[in-house]
Amino acid sequence: MTKRIILGAVAILMVIAAAYAAFFIAPEERTMGLIQRIFYFHVASAWAGFTAFFLCFLGNLLYVWKRDQKYDWLAVSGAEVGLAFTTVVLITGPIWAHPVWGIWWTWDARLTSTFVLWLLYVSYLLLRTLVDEPDRRALLSSLFGIFAFLDVPLVFGAIRWWRTQHPQPVIMGGQGSGLDPTMKSVFFFSALAMHVLMLFLVAERYALEKMQTETDFLAREVEAQ
Amino acid sequence: MKNLDSVFAAYIVGWGVFFVFYLTIAKRTSNLRAELERLKNSLPRGK
Repeated sequence: MTKRIILGAVAILMVIAAAYAAFFIAPEERTMGLIQRIFYFHVASAWAGFTAFFLCFLGNLLYVWKRDQKYDWLAVSGAEVGLAFTTVVLITGPIWAHPVWGIWWTWDARLTSTFVLWLLYVSYLLLRTLVDEPDRRALLSSLFGIFAFLDVPLVFGAIRWWRTQHPQPVIMGGQGSGLDPTMKSVFFFSALAMHVLMLFLVAERYALEKMQTETDFLAREVEAQ
Repeated sequence: MKNLDSVFAAYIVGWGVFFVFYLTIAKRTSNLRAELERLKNSLPRGK
């Protein structure tokens, strides 16, 4: 509990520092101007969301292998937190796109695959509400979760493999891509801050899932008397 | 300061999503803790 409180406090301080750096330290981008500052929040949230979905994937694989409930707790925590981060990506993206592209949304490969990713993890969480028996629920959702994660590399690669309305990558984009060194430092700090926030939320959600299992166990014991 | 409103909107809405998500976790935790206490009290002593 104390560790989680410390992690939460560190996450809040880092997110505030990242916002300060994005507004006051990063230089203004020449063609887009002020609106480009959404980049530090939008892309950092996307990366943290991918990591949360990876934790879900890891939990799913480990559950299928070891059949231990704690891996299912990790998986559902990663899925829910990843969904929150992807929701932020899907909201901040159009706010950035509208002044730059003149449209809120287009069905290009990057945007569509991200929206599909969001739908897949909504389905993952819905599936869990349909099955009451804990082991069966964990196994079915693990299998679905492994399938859902296949979309993550697709989202990552969409702007590298196909021509899209969404800009080409400026980080890990190969030759011709890149960022001003200060912009790069601010971005990596923002990504780190978002990852700390993500880990804090996963830890909170994991504790909730653990408590839910204890409650269910106790409820069955009371019922049996 | 063109598009300042859009930048603020993106950051405020984004933080809002995280804040509301955290609130839902805190609310669910608080409800579960109360339920857990109720169940513990309904068990005979010594269990």
